[in-house]
Amino acid sequence: MAWIRRHLVAFAAFAVLIYMLVPNVIVAAFSFNNPRGKYNYVFNEFSTEAWTSPCGAQGICESLGLSLRIGVTASLVATVLGTMIAFALGRYRFRGRSATNLLIFMPMATPEVVMGSSLLTLFLMLGVPSGTGAILIAHIMFCVSFVVVAVKARVATLDPRLEEAAADLGANPFQTFLRVTLPLAAPGIAAGALLAFSLSFDDYIITNFNASPSSITFPMYVWGASARGVPVQVYAIGTVMFLVALVVVIIGQVLSSRRNRQVA
Amino acid sequence: MAETAVLSTGSAVAPSHRRRTWVPYALLLPGLLWLVVFFVLPMLTLGSQSLQEGNVDDGYAFTGNVAIYAEALGRYWPQMLRSLLYAGVATLLALLLGYPLAYFIAQKAGRWKNIVLVLVIAPFFTSFLIRTLAWRTILSDDWFVTQWARTLRVTDLLQWVGLTANDSLLSSKFAVIMGLTYNFLPFMILPLYASLERLDPRLLEAAGDLYASPRETFRRVTWPLSLPGVVAGTLLTFIPAAGDFINARLLGNTQTTMIGSVIDSQFLRVLDYPLAAALSFILLIVIVTMVAVYVRKAGTEELL
Amino acid sequence: MGEAGKGDLRLVALTKSFETFTAVHPLDLTIPQGSFFALLGPSGCGKTTTLRMIAGLEEPTGGRILIGDSDITATKAYQRNVNTVFQSYALFPHMTVFENVAFGLRRRGDKDFRAKSHEALELVQLGQVSSKKPTQLSGGMQQRVALARALVNRPDVLLLDEPLGALDLKLRRQMQIELKRIQQEVGLTFIHVTHDQEEAMTMADSIAVMNAGAIEQLGDPATLYEQPRSTFVANFLGQSNLLKATVNLGGTDGVVTVRSHDADLEVSRSHLPDGASEVWLGVRPEKLRLGESGGPNHLRGVVRDVSFTGVATQYIVEMPWGQELTVVQQNDGSARAGLAENVTVSWAAEHGFALDASQAADAGAELVEHG
Repeated sequence: MAWIRRHLVAFAAFAVLIYMLVPNVIVAAFSFNNPRGKYNYVFNEFSTEAWTSPCGAQGICESLGLSLRIGVTASLVATVLGTMIAFALGRYRFRGRSATNLLIFMPMATPEVVMGSSLLTLFLMLGVPSGTGAILIAHIMFCVSFVVVAVKARVATLDPRLEEAAADLGANPFQTFLRVTLPLAAPGIAAGALLAFSLSFDDYIITNFNASPSSITFPMYVWGASARGVPVQVYAIGTVMFLVALVVVIIGQVLSSRRNRQVA
Repeated sequence: MAETAVLSTGSAVAPSHRRRTWVPYALLLPGLLWLVVFFVLPMLTLGSQSLQEGNVDDGYAFTGNVAIYAEALGRYWPQMLRSLLYAGVATLLALLLGYPLAYFIAQKAGRWKNIVLVLVIAPFFTSFLIRTLAWRTILSDDWFVTQWARTLRVTDLLQWVGLTANDSLLSSKFAVIMGLTYNFLPFMILPLYASLERLDPRLLEAAGDLYASPRETFRRVTWPLSLPGVVAGTLLTFIPAAGDFINARLLGNTQTTMIGSVIDSQFLRVLDYPLAAALSFILLIVIVTMVAVYVRKAGTEELL
Repeated sequence: MGEAGKGDLRLVALTKSFETFTAVHPLDLTIPQGSFFALLGPSGCGKTTTLRMIAGLEEPTGGRILIGDSDITATKAYQRNVNTVFQSYALFPHMTVFENVAFGLRRRGDKDFRAKSHEALELVQLGQVSSKKPTQLSGGMQQRVALARALVNRPDVLLLDEPLGALDLKLRRQMQIELKRIQQEVGLTFIHVTHDQEEAMTMADSIAVMNAGAIEQLGDPATLYEQPRSTFVANFLGQSNLLKATVNLGGTDGVVTVRSHDADLEVSRSHLPDGASEVWLGVRPEKLRLGESGGPNHLRGVVRDVSFTGVATQYIVEMPWGQELTVVQQNDGSARAGLAENVTVSWAAEHGFALDASQAADAGAELVEHG
């Protein structure tokens, strides 16, 4: 009975995993398609065009470049801001703690469409032009909370005695932070930064509210293409993203499991 | 850092002249300021915008036109209701699908654990628009999925319960809900995994030792201990799903329009800012109220 | 205190008060340079707080800390030439053993940190594992890394906060001897905080027994054990049989008689508190003998329990008035007794000590943690 039960869970888990991965397989397969007509829905014939000329579709690489730039900038700023907040929450006792927690939680509990539209009303009222700058502001805003959560989880597991030990051994507060606290919090900070990058890179709804015709991000390009017909290059880029994500996540796993093995 | 650390060993906090109390505030200031200016303030301007009258060309003036809310609800309550319903069903489905997988990774996967975890996380880092477009291929009429569904008369069943309008799978309620479930599944699985991973397997053995059947063990030990993950997962799934319109537009039809789509087009295409702002504000209030009630009922304070 | 040695650690009215309670009452203590000093007491007695104040990790609310003539009260932890071996070690998990040991030297800009660190690792016999991460080492090895990490800085005072608490019994014994050896070899002042009386007595030159934020008694291990000045010390340092007694007038120069439960018992005059009339007469279990060979003091009772522990046998002997005395007899061939047997318990006058009867007989007894 227990045997059947255990394997039932495994089968269910396997089926769900398939469900989650099938679209990625389709994306990879269809990046080698030479579509008949403008919609890339049916596999017509094998072609490597998407891979040999990835910028073959008009505007695709420009939008990709813009998304990368926005993603890197937004995740960097959000990581700095979020890490500072996480340290304040994890290391200090201060007035207004619960208000801070609420303010961090709220952006995660607000639908994107509300955040995007409300920012639009603010920018309209202040006369802030839409475009890359507005998109950056928005992305940093919704990424900060996720960074805080990721870093705070890590900071909470840090042993405060390690910092005491550093002070005891003659490290001043700055050296203690640089040589002990920061390296130990690094996995959390890295996870937060990665999460922020992927959220920024992937965002369509909020971006769309704050974009101008000259600031077409990659998700906006894909959205526009979904109505006109999706070029195969989109599938190739999607596949590359999946592979890059796979490599990054595997590296993260290896690093963290090595760390865990040492602890065990 | 250590000088000012408050997490010292004693339970009592010593009154200390040397502790620099400004440090946490200095750390908080830039980030919180950002959130106040670009998150809280916009909520106010959103509220204000909804109570203004005018048009894009001549500008808007604040008139306190509360009637706009009645108008907004009167015109768009079906989309609002539909959004909450779809999001609710998708959340439930994600819980049903996500729980076994999260449980498997946390408790049963053994040496496969890291690999499966990677496979769960990696797609989440890939553009979700592209992945949703892939579903259009998978569910298209020419593909074997629809063909098989027709052969197995699943299409008839779906049609009978009203999830599809004809014998296609694409462009239907079914496709939209399936897409929502798919897209937000990782948001369900990761918190579930986090709380199930902390579950000590010896507790399950102890429950068995004390005569609990596997079913009872799950009901009385596993499930209650995973509740924080369930609450976090359902929130992280429901909230974005309720505001989403990508799935509805890419996988649905004109009868599956969700409220996010209405807000988006009222703002960006119709340019009726007050109405759009009112709808956006209503959505916010509804979600915040539902979340608050839910969190209170679930009794989990330390969500994040 | 003008006669204090150059590197002595002096605590002057050192105090730590929290909002609701006082962890350390004004404490005066001089710890001579190069000594192995133990702060012994149950958990919550203020010994760790005292240690942390010396390390600079906790700020005193009153009093001063001096090393030699320099007042270090206001300096921060990283500015003090004081190092700590933390409870459960607090080794940096992201650094190798060598990097951990070299950490302090590097912070001080010591150019010679490589040689010194390796030397310190050799001293604790860990030369081979210097490139490993601390988490790859056993508990005993981690303990020695923590010791080397503190020692290598040649601090004026080295603090040990329950350093052996996480080790199993056998390893703990081994490390006690090793710590003592290292201390004698390097000649630094060691201050050792522990709740384990055996550990304190094994290693320390002198011990301060702390209770409720104050020092109960200060002295070398033998004096503390043989002549405790309070029931707390008598109970916390090993076991004691305490008999209620009244001091008889007279007696000789060396010996006083006290009357306890209708028996006249002798005790050395020097072991009697001045001017006391009601006392607790204390005798350690191993000072008691079954039979009359132990000395002039005799009590009769019935054996209620016998437990054989290998090197010795422990008897519980019930007195006619109901009190149970513990007798530990070495397995040296002397007469044994059986259960329910009527026996005489005897001891010598100089083996007893007398304590003021105004104290509770069981003070500190429940706080002893055996392990």
